[in-house]
Amino acid sequence: MIGQIVIVGAGQGGFQAAASLRQEGYDGRIILIGEEPEAPYQRPPLSKAYMKTGDAGQLALRPAAFYDTNAIELRKGTRVDAIDRRAQRIQIGDEDLAYDHLILATGTRNMRPPIAGLENTRDLRTLADAAALRDALARAERIGVIGGGFIGLEFAAVARAAGHHVTVAEAGARLMGRAVSSQMSDRFAQKHGEMGTDIRLASPVAAVTPDGMTLADGTQIPADFVLLAAGVVPNVELALDAGLDVDNGIVVGNTLLTSDPSISALGDCACFPDPATGRLVRLESVQAATDHARLLAKRLVTGDQSAYRAVPWFWSDQSDWKLQIAGLAEATDAAETLTDGTVLRLKGDQVTAVETVNNARAHMRTRKAMGQGSILTKEDFVSAQV
Amino acid sequence: MAKITFVQPGGASQTVEAREGDSIMQTALAHSIDGIFAECGGAMMCATCHCYIDDDRTGAASEGEQDMLECAEDEVRDTSRLSCQITVTEGLDGLIVHLPVPVE
Repeated sequence: MIGQIVIVGAGQGGFQAAASLRQEGYDGRIILIGEEPEAPYQRPPLSKAYMKTGDAGQLALRPAAFYDTNAIELRKGTRVDAIDRRAQRIQIGDEDLAYDHLILATGTRNMRPPIAGLENTRDLRTLADAAALRDALARAERIGVIGGGFIGLEFAAVARAAGHHVTVAEAGARLMGRAVSSQMSDRFAQKHGEMGTDIRLASPVAAVTPDGMTLADGTQIPADFVLLAAGVVPNVELALDAGLDVDNGIVVGNTLLTSDPSISALGDCACFPDPATGRLVRLESVQAATDHARLLAKRLVTGDQSAYRAVPWFWSDQSDWKLQIAGLAEATDAAETLTDGTVLRLKGDQVTAVETVNNARAHMRTRKAMGQGSILTKEDFVSAQV
Repeated sequence: MAKITFVQPGGASQTVEAREGDSIMQTALAHSIDGIFAECGGAMMCATCHCYIDDDRTGAASEGEQDMLECAEDEVRDTSRLSCQITVTEGLDGLIVHLPVPVE
């Protein structure tokens, strides 16, 4: 058995790797290193329940005692500076720390597009960001949001429901363009419009000032503050500096091993072969982080070399709509809307993803069927409702 | 505070003091109860906090919860619940929560 496992990144994936290593019976040292001052917490609620309630007590993934009980050495507020692959050591300031296996779970950070005055925007990524944002929200009347993806729209829905004037500026032609079909984008644009949110599509932001934002076409949108929610970039610098393969994420094979046999990567920072198509993908999701972590822990403890094959799933809560996506479509996949509003993504006959709103049954049935390896076709949905 | 007893499929049980306002799922995690994974953190997205509760005090599962339960990995029974959907109150003192047999 491996003597010492170091995990860089204490988000959901890094945490799950530590927890799963213990569940699998690993009895060596586990050192879990995170940059943030808090013990591992859930990020998804920051733009949802937490933004509404401000209750940070509900966010911790485990109580503090869990780490002692499970002999997980949690090092909060700690930044790893470099990896020395030859010596199998990582550097933290003046200190260096040996590893027998290293797990990179470094996650992502907010993308910062080249917009003038970007320093005038706020972020929504960490608990500290979310807390500051809630404070700002309490004092604001008009709010600008850059980016009509999950985070921007979830925040916009909460802010609008609280009575604020909200403008969302999306550079692309439609909302959530990377994640859903154009049909689903349109439904959500209409929903947000009906709520009274001003949705501006194909509207890149040119500049941000303390008084608001200016769109590329010159339109001025007054705002008490502007949230930057234009997507994320993977934290790959450590891997890149160490000479690991990097390509929109740290490249791993189907057992989540990097190009170094002593280093694995998982979660939002990892670029891995999609089990359905083999193409390299990088997912930003709790599902991938936790499923990766469990597979990896099993491999490290038991030597099981099974390939990763979990079905991707995603969700977003916007007002009273819960968007759920099962599977993973490519941008070129067709989209067809069924009578109940479910959108099927199709490659030829085969269903690659299913998008639903407030239809947990269809979502779960799809996940279950895909998980069992069934090839789903449109007929499965139309005739049998899966 | 309310006392909640978690019973494993093998019969082993653990009684813990639950904090009011927490969900049963959060209570289980706080006490490292085996069998509750709660992958989605209570967003009703995963059915990995599935448990069995035979007690009228917890009310009925919502339609959304039932939909999720239908596809839980473990055996689904009439008493199946998602533990993230039940909030601890003083009125639930003495509640018994059975955990499912893990599936491989």
